[in-house]
Amino acid sequence: MSDAVLAVSGLTVTIGTRRGPARAVAGVDWSVQAGQTLALVGESGSGKSMSVLAATGLAPRAARVTGSVRLLGSDFTALPADRRRRMRGRHVGFVFQDPMTSLNPVLSVGRQVAEAGEEHLGLTRRAARTRAIELLDLVGIPSAAQRVDAYPHQFSGGMRQRVVIAMALACEPDLLIADEPTTALDVTTQAQIVELVADLQQRLGTAVVWITHDLGVVAGIADTVAVMYAGRIVEQGPVEAVFDRPGHPYTSALLAARPEPGAGGGDLVTIAGAPPSPHDLPAGCAFWPRCPVRGDARCEHELPPLVPVAGAHHVRTFYPQRPDGEGR
Amino acid sequence: MARFVIRRLLQSCVVLLGVTLVVFLLLQLVPGDPVRVALGTRFDPQTYEALRARAGLDQPLVVQYFDYLRRALTGDLGVSFRSGRPVTAIVLERLPATLSLAVTAVLFALVIALPLGIVSAMRSGSFVDHAARVFSQFGVSVPDFWMGIMGILLFAGVLGWLPPSGYVALTEDPARWASHVALPAATVGLVTASILTRFIRSSMLEVLSEDYVRTAEAKGLRTRVVVLRHVLRNALIPVVTVVAVQLASLLGGVIVIEVLFAWPGIGRLTFDAVQARDYPVLQGAVLLVAALFLLVNLLVDILYARLDPRITVK
Repeated sequence: MSDAVLAVSGLTVTIGTRRGPARAVAGVDWSVQAGQTLALVGESGSGKSMSVLAATGLAPRAARVTGSVRLLGSDFTALPADRRRRMRGRHVGFVFQDPMTSLNPVLSVGRQVAEAGEEHLGLTRRAARTRAIELLDLVGIPSAAQRVDAYPHQFSGGMRQRVVIAMALACEPDLLIADEPTTALDVTTQAQIVELVADLQQRLGTAVVWITHDLGVVAGIADTVAVMYAGRIVEQGPVEAVFDRPGHPYTSALLAARPEPGAGGGDLVTIAGAPPSPHDLPAGCAFWPRCPVRGDARCEHELPPLVPVAGAHHVRTFYPQRPDGEGR
Repeated sequence: MARFVIRRLLQSCVVLLGVTLVVFLLLQLVPGDPVRVALGTRFDPQTYEALRARAGLDQPLVVQYFDYLRRALTGDLGVSFRSGRPVTAIVLERLPATLSLAVTAVLFALVIALPLGIVSAMRSGSFVDHAARVFSQFGVSVPDFWMGIMGILLFAGVLGWLPPSGYVALTEDPARWASHVALPAATVGLVTASILTRFIRSSMLEVLSEDYVRTAEAKGLRTRVVVLRHVLRNALIPVVTVVAVQLASLLGGVIVIEVLFAWPGIGRLTFDAVQARDYPVLQGAVLLVAALFLLVNLLVDILYARLDPRITVK
């Protein structure tokens, strides 16, 4: 764990809202090593994005963040704001969900790719522009030298996401945060973007935190996976272990809810009910009201600890699933 | 770009034509006889008829209108009933005063509103934000003539720093021009600043919540760069429209302020022309204001295209 690029422990994010404080993230631990990919999986509102934004100092102003964040060996939360800013962009690159809104409409793409290099590497405007053309070429923008002065609205969604990736990689960061980078794209483009990031990761040795609810992507690219539910990690471990031998009923249900290609037009499997409100988390297991196993009163009143089942594979439940899929 | 400008200029001509028609017809509806007013106590039937004939007022309306239009196209807007001088000259000599007052007022407003609006948005809910809101409320709700009078009392009366009224041309003596324009421009500019501050604040707040601002922050840019390069440029696009509307309405003349400060601008001219029923001068003034309005709008459209690459002028 000592060579982790980013490691968070006990990370809690509480957001002040009109209805009182909402606990978006309730004490999570995860880490990602150089060259490795960690997938954070969960439904909308499970706290997967918030935990990463909070860890990198990008949480909204109303958020209160506690816990420890170690980025490249330094205590990130203890750093002054200006040092944290200088680590973003330089050591951590970000790719966000919607390329249609994450680029500034009034600046040319070249300018937006170039500015991180000007800020962090001290490049001159001319050098940064040359570098921007290289980067646009690297992410597969055709005739980059001509397109460098074009504006975002002149690009398709997939091409814009490539621009965002070029921006994120401008300073060859140690860590790339990809916050659902394929959600807003069509399926063929999704595959291209996933492939692009995997390829760049291999060439540059970047660590990647990939936030997604697409389990197909996770199986393809991740080394480790952390499944989040209602602000907590309910299962984490090596991707094969979690996918082949899911220990938590929620993970099993998520895997079962994947549409099977060629399975015909039957009803899709869903998980009944909805996640609890972050304003009013249950005392015990947050998944208990929807759980198909539905253990006993202990589940309702006592929070299950995250316990190891095999090696690095951890599960937060009193009733780990057996490999054959049966509870108890 | 050139084609766009030419097309817009042609469109403006059509609008101006409409303006002449509306103004011409409206004046026919106004009660009172201009020739009678012009003659005053020297009235006698012969002179009256002669004057009416000379001004073409004995002709049918249609003939009068086309006559006016034909001469207007050659730059001849008629002759003032009152002074007998050509209207074109009278109107144009008022232009510098109005132009310098309007532009100074808008610059004054921007100097106040830009920083205040930006800081209010960046620190929404802070003391500065609340203070800015009080300032805006004050500026919008207090009548400008009262503010003008208070300004005169304070800066001209008590402190004696500025002249209470009057006008000196910029070309004649820049320093004296500045001391004369300061009070009226500040009075008018304060109202404009109040409106702009609120507008800039809300526009900034809207842009601050955009995804691309988070992207800029994620790049590790300094706050100053994020605000100036990413937020402000986008936030200013809608603000340009409001500034233009303000500028255009100031160019139309701020009648109360011009009267209060004895400022010889278009507003003052319009006021005097209405009082004297000097129809040719009134028509000329309205036409000039309409032309200025259209010109400002054209400039705004060009500026828009410069600010927002998504807009193409073709």
